[in-house]
Amino acid sequence: MTALVTAAVAVALSCYAVAIALAFVRLVRGPAAQDRVLALDFIYINGMLIVLVLGVRYGSSMYFESALLIALVGFVSSAALAKFLLRGEVIE
Amino acid sequence: MTFAASLAEVAIALLLVAGGLFALIAAIGLVRLPTFFIRMHPPAIANTLAVWCTALAVIVHFLVLEGRLALYVWLIPILLSITAPITTAFLSRAALFRERQRGGDVPPPPGGGPL
Amino acid sequence: MKRVFPAPLVSVSLFAMWLVLQGSLAAGDLLLAAACAIAIPVACAPLRPLPVRIRHPIVIARLILVVGYDVLRSNLAVAFGVLRSPWRAPRSAFVRIPLDITDPNALASLCMITTVIPGTVWTEYVDGHGLLLHVFEVDDPASFIAEFKARYERPLQEIFE
Repeated sequence: MTALVTAAVAVALSCYAVAIALAFVRLVRGPAAQDRVLALDFIYINGMLIVLVLGVRYGSSMYFESALLIALVGFVSSAALAKFLLRGEVIE
Repeated sequence: MTFAASLAEVAIALLLVAGGLFALIAAIGLVRLPTFFIRMHPPAIANTLAVWCTALAVIVHFLVLEGRLALYVWLIPILLSITAPITTAFLSRAALFRERQRGGDVPPPPGGGPL
Repeated sequence: MKRVFPAPLVSVSLFAMWLVLQGSLAAGDLLLAAACAIAIPVACAPLRPLPVRIRHPIVIARLILVVGYDVLRSNLAVAFGVLRSPWRAPRSAFVRIPLDITDPNALASLCMITTVIPGTVWTEYVDGHGLLLHVFEVDDPASFIAEFKARYERPLQEIFE
């Protein structure tokens, strides 16, 4: 791990942190429920990216597995929320 | 350190920073853009380009550092490109439905039928 | 043959994905991958997925390249549009597109393509009437529709119908 990659990891991680903070602004402000679902969807993608970058930082492929799991669980929850907005029921 | 390895380091650093910057631009768009349907577009940047850059950086990193081809990392972009459209299509459909119920400024369905 | 492999494409993809995830070509991994590739499509058969019949692998490869290029181009365009939005709001609009394809698998692929590309979002499809698409930056809807049909719909028509 050279200084260049360490610095790049730090920059990328701070970008993702700021992105998540901005998405939280959208999550709190709304105005409609669909905006909040969109913000949540964006936050989980960023969380997954953070885990992938941490995998580079610590040189471990274990992080990849958790990134894959975050992607899968995030997809299911976002799809369920969107379905709920469409009909008011998760399972029909 | 050989020349090829330091070239790879530069590539990894650039890809990581590019991924972060694209996610940041997407977040700015999510907060700043005026209406919901315009706001649906920026998160797709994070879903595609940011994830592609980061996954490529991880693959190059493992290839150079440990000499193994970590192709499985590319499964994440493939998985996301399959799952993200489902969420987005559901969400835009739901938003359209709710806006119509609220009497918002959205077009009628194609063909003008019910729904 | 049909009973052992109800969905050959799914079987091949599962086999490849298992080996890529394991990262090895050992005998045990090959055996497990083959077991997955045979068992999962059979277990999913009661869900009655629509059979997929695709042709023209060259057209598929070209479509994937075209979509990849468009994703890159559209990403940069949307990023630029976001950064420019304080001075000049993006000219986004709903565009109504009459569609010629009717095959459900082709429609699903078209939905995937339009949503993966950041500049367009698939909003609503009504059978027989066409599609409502939200576009981030559109100047001339007529030329946009013509380009959309030429770039994505025609190859999908060749592949699926």
